[in-house]
Amino acid sequence: MDCEYNTSVLKTGEGCDTRNGKPTSGRKRRRRRESKKERKKDEGRGSRNAQHAVDSGERTEKERQRKRRKDREEKAEHVQSLDKSKVNSRDFAAKNKKNLKNEKTRSKGRSKRELEEGEAKQPQRKGCAKAEENEQDTCERAGKRKGKKKKHRKKVETSSEQESSEDGDKEGEGEDEEVEEEEEEVEKEVRPETLTPEELEKLKEAVDDKKKLIQALRGKPWPMKKKHSTLRESQEFLEKYEGALGKGKGRKLYAYKVMMNKKWMKFKRDFENFTTACIPWEMKIKEIESHFGSSVASYFIFLRWMYGINMILFGLTFGLVMVPEALMGRPYGSMPRKTVPRAEETNAMDFAVLWDFGGYAQYSVLFYGYYNSQRAIGWLKFRMPLSYFLVGVGTVAYSYMVVIRKMARNANETGGGDENSFNFSWKTFTSWDYLIGNPETADNKFASITTSFKEAILEEQESRKDDNIHLTRFLRVLANFLVLCCLAGSGYLIYFVVRRSQKFALEGFENHTWWERNEVNMVMSLLGMFCPMLFDVISALENYHPRVALQWQLGRIFALFLGNLYTFIIALMDEINLKRKEEDVVQFNMTMWEASLHNNTADNSTAPPLFTHPADVPRGPCWETMVGQEFVRLIISDTMTTYITLLIGDFLRAVLVRFLNYCWCWDLEAGFPSYSEFDVSGNVLGLIFNQGMIWMGAFYAPCLPALNVLRLHVSMYLQCWAVMCCNVPQERVFKASGSNNFYMAMLLVILFLSTLPAIYTIVTIPPSFDCGPFSGKARMFDVIQETLESDFPAWISKVFSYAANPGLVLPFMLLMVLAIYYLQSTSKSYKEANVELKKKLQMQNEENKKKNKRAALKAAMELEEARKAPSSRTAEQHYNPSHQHRRHDMADSRAGSFSSDQGKNGDDQAPFTDCRRSKPVKASASSRGRHANQGATAGYPAGHPRQSEPSRLQRVASTQRR
Amino acid sequence: MGATASHLGKDLLSEYQVSNVQEPAHKRFTELLSREDKNLPDPRAPTEAILTLPELKSNPFRERIVRVFSTSESRDGLTFEDFLDLLSAFSDSATLEIKSHYAFRIFDFDDDGTLDENDLEKLVNCLTGETDETRLTPDEMKQLISNILEESDIDKDGTVNLSEFQHVISRSPDFVSSFKIVL
Repeated sequence: MDCEYNTSVLKTGEGCDTRNGKPTSGRKRRRRRESKKERKKDEGRGSRNAQHAVDSGERTEKERQRKRRKDREEKAEHVQSLDKSKVNSRDFAAKNKKNLKNEKTRSKGRSKRELEEGEAKQPQRKGCAKAEENEQDTCERAGKRKGKKKKHRKKVETSSEQESSEDGDKEGEGEDEEVEEEEEEVEKEVRPETLTPEELEKLKEAVDDKKKLIQALRGKPWPMKKKHSTLRESQEFLEKYEGALGKGKGRKLYAYKVMMNKKWMKFKRDFENFTTACIPWEMKIKEIESHFGSSVASYFIFLRWMYGINMILFGLTFGLVMVPEALMGRPYGSMPRKTVPRAEETNAMDFAVLWDFGGYAQYSVLFYGYYNSQRAIGWLKFRMPLSYFLVGVGTVAYSYMVVIRKMARNANETGGGDENSFNFSWKTFTSWDYLIGNPETADNKFASITTSFKEAILEEQESRKDDNIHLTRFLRVLANFLVLCCLAGSGYLIYFVVRRSQKFALEGFENHTWWERNEVNMVMSLLGMFCPMLFDVISALENYHPRVALQWQLGRIFALFLGNLYTFIIALMDEINLKRKEEDVVQFNMTMWEASLHNNTADNSTAPPLFTHPADVPRGPCWETMVGQEFVRLIISDTMTTYITLLIGDFLRAVLVRFLNYCWCWDLEAGFPSYSEFDVSGNVLGLIFNQGMIWMGAFYAPCLPALNVLRLHVSMYLQCWAVMCCNVPQERVFKASGSNNFYMAMLLVILFLSTLPAIYTIVTIPPSFDCGPFSGKARMFDVIQETLESDFPAWISKVFSYAANPGLVLPFMLLMVLAIYYLQSTSKSYKEANVELKKKLQMQNEENKKKNKRAALKAAMELEEARKAPSSRTAEQHYNPSHQHRRHDMADSRAGSFSSDQGKNGDDQAPFTDCRRSKPVKASASSRGRHANQGATAGYPAGHPRQSEPSRLQRVASTQRR
Repeated sequence: MGATASHLGKDLLSEYQVSNVQEPAHKRFTELLSREDKNLPDPRAPTEAILTLPELKSNPFRERIVRVFSTSESRDGLTFEDFLDLLSAFSDSATLEIKSHYAFRIFDFDDDGTLDENDLEKLVNCLTGETDETRLTPDEMKQLISNILEESDIDKDGTVNLSEFQHVISRSPDFVSSFKIVL
């Protein structure tokens, strides 16, 4: 009601403004808002006072109101006189109508005549606050939603001063918009053609406002109805007036533009809907979310995201490398690198060989070695080597971009900042997961929340006393030492195994068992499986808080995986060097072999012309293919281990627990083996490392992204099934989003670390002489230079050669470093400023509260005194005239504080009697509610200096107004 | 859809820019209505029907949620618009401000605009579940509430108001991701 009321006041005010053809200046608007706020406060107080007025006699109230009104009128006149000269007659008529509707309107922009009229009417209308309220009721049109809003506002007002001023601003906004609605009504009468430039300007402004409103609409916590009506109204407004802004031909163009814009928006929205509809596995994830909460679901969302990335990587490699080579390149068997050598031909089709990606799989588009170094292939003249190189670079670049973008978005979403300051509040306000839809999960969640509360309370109590810190320290050091031993041991084991497998490889795989052949991968997988368990046991020594412990655990597993991966790479490097030595030997042999061939033919002229089948040609070991193969094997074995542990560890265990429970001596489900929980962090880490291997190996085995897509796809279904069928929700649920960026950071680190060796090999090691797209070149990246020289005009290569000049590169890098430094320091200073502002805000809040409290205290004192006053007044008058006088002053300023609400200070014109004066004081004191009571009960020191009171009361008045 | 579709036509539906859930939402909403309700001009799904939604079934705040989003006089039952309101506040695209605003109103059990000790106690009881074994003891509750107020009641008036609440919530790393209901 209140809201409606004020709105109408403002509406006409604003409407009048528009009609004046003056741009609505911010200053004016602010002023209006202020005056409106004052008025509202008056009303609030008025109605409150009205209740007291019932027992205190109505006359005082009336008098005060009349006075207030007078003040307001004076002010309004003042405002009016500024604007008057520009008011034209048409506006007048419209205004009058409005004014008749709404009596409040008069306070703004009224004419002299009306003022007199109003004066006559007002006594009846505003005589008592109750009548006013009735009137408000009758003019209530919008009904509940506004009422609700008002109610809300009222609450906030009582809660704190700061709050109310803030909220007041918000209301201001809300009402501004309604004002605009009204404005629109007014402007319907206006024909676009008749507008003056000034009015046009205003119209433009209004249109812009509407646009802004439409954009901001989503971010408003309004009910749908209001949003909807506002949206429709503003859209209608836009439709009506946007076209009016242009002239003649321009207008048509403008209308067209607007129409196109609308169409485009609609298309965009539809497209958005389409893309959301295309997101796969939404229902699956939702089901998991409702059963396991957001943390487990976050793993699947992460998995899906990874799947998306791999799809794109797969598209790149498949579309630009594999397919062109398969379609347009030379067919299989046409040259040595595309043929299975004679020695391997017999078992090249065996499954065991194919499973190891040997045989026909090795000599196919799946691996680096198959590609030909021919510059352009097919009728498209497709630049194969260049494409191969650029796809390799593009893969890495795209991954970086995506990961960093995601990280930045995550960082934006999280508020960041002080971790521990809101421990309890967060636990209460944000711990419920609204996605949970399963009663069992909800029960688990209840239990976990309770535990977390209890733990937090215990911790809070325990944090005050410290236990044996030396023992803890010692244990932590010991634990870390043990973990380091584990890491070193696993690293050595892998190195040892890789070296051994090289020996086996030299001897030939045929004489060895399956274990010996697959030793490396199996050892790595097993280490990855058992070391985390070991770390878990060790971390029990440390006695960390579970969240900290989780981070340590993650860090250790990360270190383990990374160590393993790097040992593997180092071992691979050794192997690459071996192969390259072998290559030299082969190259030498080849020349010998060719020479011998020539010699043969030279000797035997009757022999058939020189032709050797490509399978018979001796060839180099092609280390690139070897690296690719290693990675592919690693991925395959990794996937297999994951799936097998899933089946055995989760499914078999669940089945056993479920069915053996009927005939077992203890309760298996509740007791020892129980069902397994879904290990989010372990799975995420596994995924991240898997992705790291993909990035590392993708250059040498273009099939890797494809394999990974396959793996992720199967994983999605298999793990979804496993989670729903054999896992139980976690007892301790860690929120996922908190560690979201932690995972992303890991992914970034892995990305960096995995591109490092890949780039190193690309840049430093010369490619094999007889296989791959870069054969015959000194370095792989020479392909760029070659393209520049032969396919582009000369000046471009010149430009490039200048750009690559260290004289240019170094300053550029310096500039970048400086830019980074600058940005970092500015961000640091912003952060500091932020902290400062936060402090300021807190201080201000506290200050406000203190002031309020003091005011309440004072008011309570006044009340006490006022009660005492009637009984002791006569005596006092005789005894202590000076004291009496002082009290008079006080009461004056008290009254002044009320009148000052209308912008007028301490000018007490109406002659009050002492008795009446005490009434408003009483009313205000009791209206302040709790604080007043608190103050009253707290009491007040008897010998408090009274001299300062008038000034303090003034301050009270000022805080009240704010 | 049937009869309601005529009241809430396709073109009207398309005007709701809230998110891309309108159509499934509309379908789900009509499922909640009884047969005779469907013929009303502005049908209102009864609270009991809404509480049986699988998405809300296990939510300890479900009654509060319905109350907060209901625009009817008696604060029960949701119209389709209210229902969309609810979904949009709980959707992915809602801003932190909207979410925290509604969260505050949901937690404000007595609708007085502040979270006082009684509200907090009810809130904590909602979070710890119905059973006695998960309930906190009175001592723990007292400790907990005083700790909460110590942290988030910046102006020390014994209650948490909206701006304080939003201040606290805005730091929280996982509020936005968990204050979500997917239909």
